[in-house]
Amino acid sequence: MSKILIVAEHLDGKLNPATAKCITCAKQIGGEIAVLVLADAVDAIAAEAARLDGVSKVLTVARAENAHPLAAVYAPQVAAAAAGYSHVLAPSTTFGKDLLPRVAALLGVAQVSDIMAVDGAYTFKRPIYAGNAIVSVEAPQDRVLLGTVRVASYAAAGSAAAAAPVEALALDVALPSHTRFVELKQGKSDRPDLQSAARVVSGGRALGSAENFALIYKLADKLGAAVGASRAAVDAGYVPSDLQVGQTGKIIAPELYIAVGISGAIQHLTGIKDAGTIVAINKDAEAPIFEVADIGLVGDLFTLVPELERALG
Amino acid sequence: MKILVGYKRVVDYNVRITVKPDGSGVATEGVKLSANPFDDIALEEALRLREKGVATEVVVVGIGPADLQAHLRNGLAMGANRAIHVVAPDAVQPLTAARVFLKLVEKEQPQLVIVGKQAIDDDCNQTGQMLAALWNRPQATFASKVEVADGKARVTREVDAGLETLEVDLPAVITTDLRLNEPRFIKLPDIMKAKSKPIETVEFASLGVEPGDHLRITRYAPPPKRQKGVMVKDVAELVAALKAKGLL
Ligand SMILES: Cc1cc2nc3c(=O)[nH]c(=O)nc-3n(C[C@H](O)[C@H](O)[C@H](O)COP(=O)(O)OP(=O)(O)OC[C@H]3O[C@@H](n4cnc5c(N)ncnc54)[C@H](O)[C@@H]3O)c2cc1C
Ligand SMILES: Cc1cc2nc3c(=O)[nH]c(=O)nc-3n(C[C@H](O)[C@H](O)[C@H](O)COP(=O)(O)OP(=O)(O)OC[C@H]3O[C@@H](n4cnc5c(N)ncnc54)[C@H](O)[C@@H]3O)c2cc1C
Repeated sequence: MSKILIVAEHLDGKLNPATAKCITCAKQIGGEIAVLVLADAVDAIAAEAARLDGVSKVLTVARAENAHPLAAVYAPQVAAAAAGYSHVLAPSTTFGKDLLPRVAALLGVAQVSDIMAVDGAYTFKRPIYAGNAIVSVEAPQDRVLLGTVRVASYAAAGSAAAAAPVEALALDVALPSHTRFVELKQGKSDRPDLQSAARVVSGGRALGSAENFALIYKLADKLGAAVGASRAAVDAGYVPSDLQVGQTGKIIAPELYIAVGISGAIQHLTGIKDAGTIVAINKDAEAPIFEVADIGLVGDLFTLVPELERALG
Repeated sequence: MKILVGYKRVVDYNVRITVKPDGSGVATEGVKLSANPFDDIALEEALRLREKGVATEVVVVGIGPADLQAHLRNGLAMGANRAIHVVAPDAVQPLTAARVFLKLVEKEQPQLVIVGKQAIDDDCNQTGQMLAALWNRPQATFASKVEVADGKARVTREVDAGLETLEVDLPAVITTDLRLNEPRFIKLPDIMKAKSKPIETVEFASLGVEPGDHLRITRYAPPPKRQKGVMVKDVAELVAALKAKGLL
């Protein structure tokens, strides 16, 4: 039977929803699931993790050095905690992408990036070429398997009837001081989080300016939606970089995705392949976005978006 | 100081690749190959550090088959001082690539290694982090701003929550994100100049690297197709269609 260790992602004392999605992936592998919480203050995060369905125990390492998720600091601890486990998973977020390859190299094993389906305990599907091909990957069974989980492919694990036990883990590892946290500038907003929102409205280069992007924000607020953007819109400075959707931005799976003034380049489409319903508004009837859109509307966004916003009452 | 840059050749980002009907791979015969866009950004950053007087030498590294030389010439034309070609018959997986880089690092003693955050073919996003671990040095991944001074680098990183800034001691590994810079275009005279720049060839087997290619691809498949959608003629129809799907 597999023994799976999941590295918890958290920020400001709260568990990131990506962790609960990793648990769903781990359940498909099958076996005993432990969650590892590295933090300066672990209690609240561990309590949240312990209540997720499928978790058999939560392991904590509380150290002042763990206040920020520095890969160089976390990796030796994860590598040590991995002893006795058959699998170590982390979400394929910037946190997991930064951390897990460092752990893999310390353990001398390969890593399966962006697991999107579990075919067996050591066989997985993952996307390559911006999602234009899906490969079945087989990993050796005689080594610990390290994998990042493509969170858009999994629903979050629900809550358990009873909380799993929480144990403090004593790890005897020296931590480096060559990497220091300076600051995190958060794109704080009261809107839903782009990565977990059920609805997302995204704007592209066609918006033309940061001021015009207000149209997108207004429509999003009407729908209770998160706001996203194409790379072109981010590069042009209309919105911050954490709103970018796509191969090199966020991969999302909302129930409803509205793409406004976005052409539909493959790198953008990679980010929305798992969206439930895609709506495209574009003035060019030939735009590639219409090849993937469930509902397409051809016309000028500067008239259609305000009209849509009014129609929503 | 010296900077080592990962310079991988990949299928050009404009090519829409297709999976071979028998599932044995993707069709790459005759398709356009280019530098991994993130590696052009890595090279550009290294060149800017040299132009600012922070670095003295920029070395591009490619791991791949014999015909990689023309690709490395592009890196030299862009401005690298020299190139190292590690000749490997097959593409190597990230752990092997990282072990190769470590060997080169031990020989070249660079203060910085800059690689792309991911190669756009396999999208692994691993090599830089693995090298940093094996080298036991700092990593600053997904960089959108790099400042180097006094034996340290201050790096702004694009993370899901926003922009994170780290300070790392050198030597260190940096992986590039898209907004770090805009790579320069290669000019014709530079192509001529590049012809006389050295490319050192190193046989993979001579490095004594234990291959880390543990993963095996058993099948390639095209992604599931989305159902063809409908076109609506105005906002009223759009709202009706959304209501019909239970989305409003
Ligand atoms: C390595 C690499 C990685 C990349 N990663 C990403 C990524 O993660 N995410 C991403 O999004 N891109 C990514 N890109 C960029 C991508 O290739 C495209 O350049 C980008 O998505 C284009 O953004 P856009 O659709 O907003 O702009 P454009 O392609 O310029 O499209 C604008 C669209 O707006 C329409 N339009 C113009 N005016 C109006 C109007 N008034 N009303 C209605 N419609 C209008 C036009 O018809 C056009 O279709 C990447 C590229 C590379 C090379
Ligand atoms: C499961 C699996 C199976 C594979 N099977 C095959 C196969 O059957 N046939 C085949 O031909 N290949 C195969 N490969 C190898 C593949 O083509 C890649 O070369 C390898 O995985 C490196 O991944 P990446 O480039 O996505 O790494 P990333 O970690 O995304 O690369 C990041 C950066 O590292 C540097 N870098 C990485 N590799 C090189 C390099 N070679 N030269 C210079 N710089 C480099 C670059 O700066 C790059 O931007 C396989 C890979 C995997 C993961």
